Amino acid sequence: MSIIAQRHDPSGPPGHLPTAWGGKGLAPYLLSLPALLLFAVVVIVPLGMTVLLSFHDWGQYKGIEPVFILKNWREVLTDSYYLEMFWRTFRIALFVTVLTALFGAPEAYILNRMKSPWRGIFLLVILGPLLISVVARTLGWALLFGGNSGLVNKALTSMGLISAPLPFMFTETGMVVALAHVLMPYMVLAVWAALQRLDPQIENAAVALGAGQFTVLRRIVLPQVMPGILSGAIIVFALAASAFATPAIIGGRRLKVAATLAYDEFLNTLNWPLGAAVAVLLLVALVVIAVGASRLVERRYAQVFG
Amino acid sequence: MRRNGTLALCYHTLFTAFMLAPILVVCFVAFTPEGYLSFPTDRWSLRWFYAIGRYPEFISAFWRSLLLGALSSAVAVAISVPAALAIARHRFRGREAMTTLFMSPLMIPHVVLGIAFLRFFTEVGLGGTFVGLVLAHIVIVLPFALRLTLASAVGLDRAIEHAAMSLGASEWTVLKRVTLPLVLPGLVSGWALAFINSFDEVTMTVFIAAPGTETLPVRMFLYIQDNIDPLVTSVSACVIAVTVLALVALDRAYGLERLLVGRGADGR
Repeated sequence: MSIIAQRHDPSGPPGHLPTAWGGKGLAPYLLSLPALLLFAVVVIVPLGMTVLLSFHDWGQYKGIEPVFILKNWREVLTDSYYLEMFWRTFRIALFVTVLTALFGAPEAYILNRMKSPWRGIFLLVILGPLLISVVARTLGWALLFGGNSGLVNKALTSMGLISAPLPFMFTETGMVVALAHVLMPYMVLAVWAALQRLDPQIENAAVALGAGQFTVLRRIVLPQVMPGILSGAIIVFALAASAFATPAIIGGRRLKVAATLAYDEFLNTLNWPLGAAVAVLLLVALVVIAVGASRLVERRYAQVFG
Repeated sequence: MRRNGTLALCYHTLFTAFMLAPILVVCFVAFTPEGYLSFPTDRWSLRWFYAIGRYPEFISAFWRSLLLGALSSAVAVAISVPAALAIARHRFRGREAMTTLFMSPLMIPHVVLGIAFLRFFTEVGLGGTFVGLVLAHIVIVLPFALRLTLASAVGLDRAIEHAAMSLGASEWTVLKRVTLPLVLPGLVSGWALAFINSFDEVTMTVFIAAPGTETLPVRMFLYIQDNIDPLVTSVSACVIAVTVLALVALDRAYGLERLLVGRGADGR
């Protein structure tokens, strides 16, 4: 056991007994070896294979041909069907992000001002759905939307908000509402985390200096929780753009987004190389957007929280 | 800190209703006595819960999900403990890169992981097998296990271990009698969070599960794609009930906020 052999390593911090589990040298690599091996074989290799796959050829009768061509990429990047699908995916993700920020941020603020035990109870109620099966939650929306007689339409009509039932099932509107519900806890969580760093005395000071409720919110609270809202927005956008189960159930078989299209290519059409190109493009687009947005947020707020 | 006004509380009520509505609807519809989707109005019935018994694919999918979650979470915790000790206690070359790698299943869309696993498992002959499912689930739940084991490894007071060593305990004894018991709450919570995530995973699993290795969420998803009837609502209601029980237990044991945010505000 080379870990044990480290026991009398003289390079340990002075004044402390060096321990095998805290020594130097090879120990950290040996400790992480099982996880590293697993990730190298089961994550890095498959992802590399998928990128390669996107350059392979495919035909109805010949199957996958291991050649290096740009056919799939050209198709995905120029065919109007795929462009429209990607545009729809990112449009839905954007609407979902705006909705969650608009409604989730105030809720996090209200939650933060609640007293124990309500605070803990409602935090559980609002964050809990995060851990409930996304299939079950989407099924709930499918039931609520349910055609013209769905509960949502009944409620909206009885409140006088609409005169004719709105179509929710198999529409982008329905997808946006259901996804906003599914991803809302992430936004509340991000803003909540930002609010925990906020000093309530600053709010009190502003009030003492004569600021109104609205001024305090706009000038004191909002600027301080903005990094939280933005980091929540990045998470929600990435998850909404790559969501699968909710768009598949609410959107049905015709209204496709990137994830459901890739699924179709893999399990119905069996054109794996094309599906791989769609998936890799989605991954690249999301990484670029997430990294770019994080850089912007960091630069914008570096002075404030540096 | 000032209190919430009436307007804020109204907003809060509407928001809570929005968050709970779809979940409650599923649970209500599950009790319908009718043969079609409807709200139970005058009487409640358990007929759709009994009906689950006639669909062995749901039952076997449930047991498979349970086994898959338990097994993959246990392995994920087992390999994340040494990795967490390495990350928490050592400064070594590639430490940041390694942490990013282990956390990457959180950033990579599950649909991309599903495709990558499908391609890989088909090539190496594990396509549609339970072993493949376990390997894939270990990868996707490892970030959750690692985050909680890392938190408890970082919070560990090294002086206690040093005290044990100076009193003559061997390396192995220190690990077994001091270090592991101290990080145990983190391990159990990490396992539980990993289990819930494995139990609910559908996007990645739908790519690599074959008929015969379908998990419960995958079975439910495929069923809903064909038609929505009261049967799938009663199955969903059971899943929701199990998750809520686990959630409350986890909240009591560890604190949901600490679990999700990373630290407690109420000092729990």
